[in-house]
Amino acid sequence: MASILTANKVTKRFGGLTAVNAVDFEIPEKAIVSIIGPNGAGKTTFFNCITGFGKCDEGEILFEGTPIQRLRPDQITKLGISRTYQNIRLFADMSALENILVGQHVFLKAPWFESVLGLPNVIKEEKNALAEAQRLLNFVDLKGKGDMLARNLPYGAQRRLEIARALATKPKLLLLDEPSAGMNPRETEDLTAFIRRLRDELGITILLIEHHMRVVMGISENITVLDYGEKIAEGTPAQIQSNPRVIEAYLGRGAATEGMATAHERFTKKAG
Amino acid sequence: MKKENFLWSSVKSGLLGGVIAIFICLVGMTEVFSKRDVIEGVITLGQFVLLATSVVAGFIASRRTINLLGPNQPLPALTAGLVAGLVTGLLVGLLIVSIGDSAEPALRTIFLNASPSLYQLLTFEKGAGNLWIMPTVGAISGLLGAGYLLLAEMFRRTINRALLVMVFMALFSNLFRVIFINQGMEGFAKFIFGQTGLTIPGTLIFFFGVILISLFWNSRGKQIQSSVAKLPKGGQLALRGTTIALIAIVALGLPQASGPFIAQVIVTVALFILMGLGLNITLGFAGLLDLGFVAFYAIGAYTVGLLTSYGEFGMQHISFWVAVPIAVIVAMGAGFVLGLPVLGVRGDYLAIATLGFGEIVRLLAGSDFLLPYFGGPQGIIGIQKPCIGILEPFVKIDVPRICNGYEMGKPQDIYYIAVASALLIAFVAWRLRESRLGRAWMAIREDEDVAEALGINLIQTKLLAYMLGAAMAGLGGAIFATLIGSIFATSMQLLVSINVVSLIIVGGMGSIPGVIVGSIALIGLPELLREVSEFRYLLYGITLIIMMLAKPEGLWPSQATLRELHHSEIETDVKA
Amino acid sequence: MRTSLSERLLDLVVSGFLWGIRILIITAILFGTVAAIRAGKYTGEQWIDFVVFGIAQGSIYALIALGYTMVYGILRMINFAHGDIFMTGAFGAYFMATWLNNIGFIDNNPLLGFVIPILFAMLVSAGIAMLVERIAYRPLRGAPRLVPLISAIGASFFLEYAFRGFFGPGKYAYPPIKALEGSWTIMGVGILKIQVIVTIAAFVMMATLYYIVMFTKMGKAMRAVSENKDTAALMGIDINRIIVSTFAIGAAMAGAAGVLFSLVYRQIDFFMGFTPGIKAFTAAVLGGIGNIPGAMVGGIVLGIFESVGPSLFLEGLGIPRPYQLKDVIAFTMLVMILLFRPSGILGERLTTKKA
Repeated sequence: MASILTANKVTKRFGGLTAVNAVDFEIPEKAIVSIIGPNGAGKTTFFNCITGFGKCDEGEILFEGTPIQRLRPDQITKLGISRTYQNIRLFADMSALENILVGQHVFLKAPWFESVLGLPNVIKEEKNALAEAQRLLNFVDLKGKGDMLARNLPYGAQRRLEIARALATKPKLLLLDEPSAGMNPRETEDLTAFIRRLRDELGITILLIEHHMRVVMGISENITVLDYGEKIAEGTPAQIQSNPRVIEAYLGRGAATEGMATAHERFTKKAG
Repeated sequence: MKKENFLWSSVKSGLLGGVIAIFICLVGMTEVFSKRDVIEGVITLGQFVLLATSVVAGFIASRRTINLLGPNQPLPALTAGLVAGLVTGLLVGLLIVSIGDSAEPALRTIFLNASPSLYQLLTFEKGAGNLWIMPTVGAISGLLGAGYLLLAEMFRRTINRALLVMVFMALFSNLFRVIFINQGMEGFAKFIFGQTGLTIPGTLIFFFGVILISLFWNSRGKQIQSSVAKLPKGGQLALRGTTIALIAIVALGLPQASGPFIAQVIVTVALFILMGLGLNITLGFAGLLDLGFVAFYAIGAYTVGLLTSYGEFGMQHISFWVAVPIAVIVAMGAGFVLGLPVLGVRGDYLAIATLGFGEIVRLLAGSDFLLPYFGGPQGIIGIQKPCIGILEPFVKIDVPRICNGYEMGKPQDIYYIAVASALLIAFVAWRLRESRLGRAWMAIREDEDVAEALGINLIQTKLLAYMLGAAMAGLGGAIFATLIGSIFATSMQLLVSINVVSLIIVGGMGSIPGVIVGSIALIGLPELLREVSEFRYLLYGITLIIMMLAKPEGLWPSQATLRELHHSEIETDVKA
Repeated sequence: MRTSLSERLLDLVVSGFLWGIRILIITAILFGTVAAIRAGKYTGEQWIDFVVFGIAQGSIYALIALGYTMVYGILRMINFAHGDIFMTGAFGAYFMATWLNNIGFIDNNPLLGFVIPILFAMLVSAGIAMLVERIAYRPLRGAPRLVPLISAIGASFFLEYAFRGFFGPGKYAYPPIKALEGSWTIMGVGILKIQVIVTIAAFVMMATLYYIVMFTKMGKAMRAVSENKDTAALMGIDINRIIVSTFAIGAAMAGAAGVLFSLVYRQIDFFMGFTPGIKAFTAAVLGGIGNIPGAMVGGIVLGIFESVGPSLFLEGLGIPRPYQLKDVIAFTMLVMILLFRPSGILGERLTTKKA
């Protein structure tokens, strides 16, 4: 399978701290891939490198063959990468519908003076945009909530709205940063199904950062493990669950010497 | 938790009230406000404001007491009000004593306003023997404040309304008097409106009139509203059409009826609405605080000045109607040039950087360096008035060109240009707000990083906000130049920018009606009330702080908040 | 979707424009300087005069800048009213000094006549700053950044126009200290005594402040709070007390600066804080806001530029009456720094080890 995103030796430093160290990474097209790792392992920093939030210091990131490591975030978005955030970052004082409409910004072409004059093509464009936004709203089960301010939506709805907003940019690759954070088991299950739908119905490649092992192990086809900014493992969920280095990273060195069996047991318990 | 003694807490409220009252006296408000009456021969505005402090002190003290002791304790609440008012009065009494009854009070070597005339005012012109008056009056008004708190909500609202209307009428009574006398209703005018405030019958009429009307509305309002709602569609349209037509007629006829002064005030308000709408785009929509906004106003004014002036620096051969669009375009270009470098600068740094730009523009315009082009400190004079008709060719410096047709020379004429421009720009601002660009601006205001990650080009979008805002300010400046007929660099102060920022904040950031409300309140009122205008910037300062503390969304919040309120209404309706 | 042509064009225009500005300004400065030196209108002594005046002026800016920098370091907020705190100190000192002058105290004890008004001004400024902090800033802590900034603008106008109301719009003449009039001849160059004294006083003050911030318990607490408020609170530091002290200390420095300023310029009025305030902010940004030695360096650099600049590069460019554009130099520097090196000469932060 062709890979949609390739990262070669990506490195990011903050002063003396190397947050991401020479990470090689690849996402096959239409796959669901996860990055896991303990807190502070550099997962979100790696996300930021891909989306142009903080430019990486060394290395190369290719998206469909185009190098993107020097581009601005808006340019990267236009190429087809979109993301959500660990701590939800909606436009809190705008309505749900407006949030999605902002996501469609790239596809709307009307120059400002045509908008002021209200030319027919502008009206048509706005009408289509509104219909599309409404469709996305329904897609994430927020039908009828379009006029509510984002800040007043319940937590789970805010998560879904953020995904809808990201979808509005028509991404080929969607980066989800801890989408299940703060969700109850029921919501988490819905989310897992929802992420699958994104891939199966819309054909979007998904890159996931997750702490919730059930989600990760349940839907990922491939998992990369980061620890202290370095890639320590990569493979299928089953391979990762039995990888001693991963267990060590999660449970500390003691666990590894204590005996693989118990550690493995504990790890899978945590995951389950 | 230990409960505070309510008496001590009342004393504290009283002390605070007293300090504020002393501040009001020493800063000079009492004296200046005393030139205007609320009720002629009964109470001056200065006294009214002082009394208000003790009323408010009493009100706060009794509210605290109720919080401490629980409701249904009228006696302690009233005592608290009395104590607070008394303390306020005593502090003012202390001020009276320290001013003393001499022709040159010692305190005056420091505080200019601690003058014998203030002494006279505070002792109600009765001299030292009447020191007891202030504390007594204070105590009574504190009691009033407490009593007011104990009234039912409905009565309070009614009294508020009545007081508000009464004070408003009193402040503008000389204006109304003139208008009514001009309309040939001299007897009526003199019966209600005095020279400096309302007459006693006038006060009674307004106070009780409002109370009666609002009592009537309380009992019948719902009925009237629903009967209007029940009207057939055509009827409603007709009703709305009539309202709009009435407003239009008043707007068209107003300057002719009221004379040049009112027209000029309204033009000033309209100019600030133009600037306000412009800054509302950069600050209210896109969240970029520009403290050098006056630069664009100046650029608009200078462009029109240079293009149309028949003075030394003018180009003389361009008419106002051509010069204005050029001025708007030049201002827009300036927005591009000044915006380009600073838009990478974030947040509060941007405010200071733009402030720097504003000052640079002003200093350069007024300097000898650019004197050959901009007239230096002498400015540009002899700006040609707009002419409807044919403008004859330029003859000679300092001789106006002759207008074959109608020359719009009076403020009443400029009024139409200014009001029409304000309406047009309000429409443009509203359309922009609803467009994709408007959404992009608001997204940037809310979260710049996320907006960029959604594909919004920050530089392009911010630059457009800056340029369109600048264009609107430029239009304002262009009209200003024509209205005044001359421009000086010294009139392009930072204070103008602060005016605009304040009116946006007061009206509500991002809200178009808010800009209009803010301009009327902050620009129109002080223009009409010379007494208030002396303390304009002091009041602005206080207003900015209070708005930030209590009501950061402004008096007329923007659409989003309203829609949200509306939405919850719909929901409750559905449930019901 | 690819980046559109117009966007790429815009990128090009932006970077071209920024480079254009840099080149333009550098060329103008170089050209003007060369022309001015070749014209030889001013003697070496006059240049030294300019520099000395610049240092005196700059040390006053530096003193004010400390307040901006400290408050920014702790609250990440531009205290727009700081320039007016400086003004309140000058007024406080004026009334104290006038009284001392009237009873003949200044003539008999010039040193005390110099110091007492300064101490009084520091008290007045600190008191007013604490009030402003309590009323206009503290309730807004944690609000979006524009909110406290606007409140600070409000406070600034309130102070200016309250003082205008109290004391009138006119100018007051600060009483002269006779012992400080005249000049000293140092290495053959006549230097005004007052400028030397002002510079020394400012440096003493800055050294004291540096000592407080670096070596006292309170200073350590301040640095801790500026590093991380929550952690500092967990360590048992009373955040509010530290913030108030920061305001008070910064304001005291500004108050002292107000007196020094009045001694140099001899006149005070309610609006005197505005321009020095902006310039001191420029100095703080120049040195790297949040950085205490940076504020000192920034102040002096700005003072010298402003004093030498009009005669050096503006006059060389053939600009008539270049001193009219003295403020333009300062404001241009401000904009340029914010544009090209927002972290300032010495870099940001109050808390780096070196600070």
